Amino acid sequence: MAIFSVYVVNKAGGLIYQWDSYSPRAEAEKTFSYPLDLLLKLHDERVLVAFGQRDGIRVGHAVLAINGMDVNGKYTADGKEVLEYPGNSANYPVSIRFGRPRLTSNEKLMLASMFHSLFAIGSQLSPEQGSSGIEMLETDTFKLHCFQTLTGIKFVVLADPRQAGIDSLLRKIYEIYSDFALKNPFYSLEMPIRCELFDQNLKLALEVAEKAGTFGPGS
Amino acid sequence: MTVHNLYLFDRNGVCLHYSEWHRKKQAGIPKEEEYKLMYGMLFSIRSFVSKMSPLDMKDGFLSFQTSRYKLHYYETPTGIKVVMNTDLGVGPIRDVLHHIYSALYVEFVVKNPLCPLGQTVQSELFRSRLDSYVRSLPFFSARAG
Repeated sequence: MAIFSVYVVNKAGGLIYQWDSYSPRAEAEKTFSYPLDLLLKLHDERVLVAFGQRDGIRVGHAVLAINGMDVNGKYTADGKEVLEYPGNSANYPVSIRFGRPRLTSNEKLMLASMFHSLFAIGSQLSPEQGSSGIEMLETDTFKLHCFQTLTGIKFVVLADPRQAGIDSLLRKIYEIYSDFALKNPFYSLEMPIRCELFDQNLKLALEVAEKAGTFGPGS
Repeated sequence: MTVHNLYLFDRNGVCLHYSEWHRKKQAGIPKEEEYKLMYGMLFSIRSFVSKMSPLDMKDGFLSFQTSRYKLHYYETPTGIKVVMNTDLGVGPIRDVLHHIYSALYVEFVVKNPLCPLGQTVQSELFRSRLDSYVRSLPFFSARAG
């Protein structure tokens, strides 16, 4: 899919809705002999690759499974420390699967708050009068589009750099929010959106936006 | 189209150089605080995009735009950051920022034994060369400013 995720952030920077496209993340599995030719380190309850890139394994990738068994944070499936396992030559050869770590709910909340601050600073540091915050942020792998309503709600869409039609999608999401969240008598303002109709209509809007296709590289 | 201003940071966050051409609004804080705020914002954006990206990135953060300006970003492997604010109509200028680094900063600052690294650039030659280069860019025009 060319649309990766959608975030709705309230005016205080809290995440009130989030959706991911669940595209399968690239994973690399490889059998290693002693000693390991990758440097691993513990970071935020995950074991990440700190140095060494080969066969699809990249710096920042996390250990996902050892010998086919999923790891649990920094522990193996049978309760041992992941970092100690490769240090023992008796455990070799060992098969390890690496992949980009999936964002946890807490991390998504943190990233939404971080974007809230970046949005405001982008406006403060503007060399022009009357500038808004960040409306589009571009990297080589994705583009982040942001639409802030007059009431301070931010609709954020992460899409492929070449995906077109995001502006109309953002306004459509605003319509859906107005119709199915604000008019819901059980919805408290600034609280997470748990409305089934909002979910359904958002997914329909995303399907329409997917068909808008892509245009040439760049821009 | 126009160029508003340019920042040059080293890997430790020191603002090596700042130039201004068509800036209409100041940030309302002292210049030193503005440099720190800008560097902090760029640092946060870099960690933000590395976590957000669904795929492995190569170049990382390229640019962002608001309703009134566009910020372009280029970072060298040694951690030198070239940041340029322009009008919205300017397309990707990664090669321009790379040229500022390789043909101006490296030639007139790194190769200058009187310019200590890690401190603000005092070279008048670098300043004048940078100014004339930016003014010669096709998207630099005072009309839109």
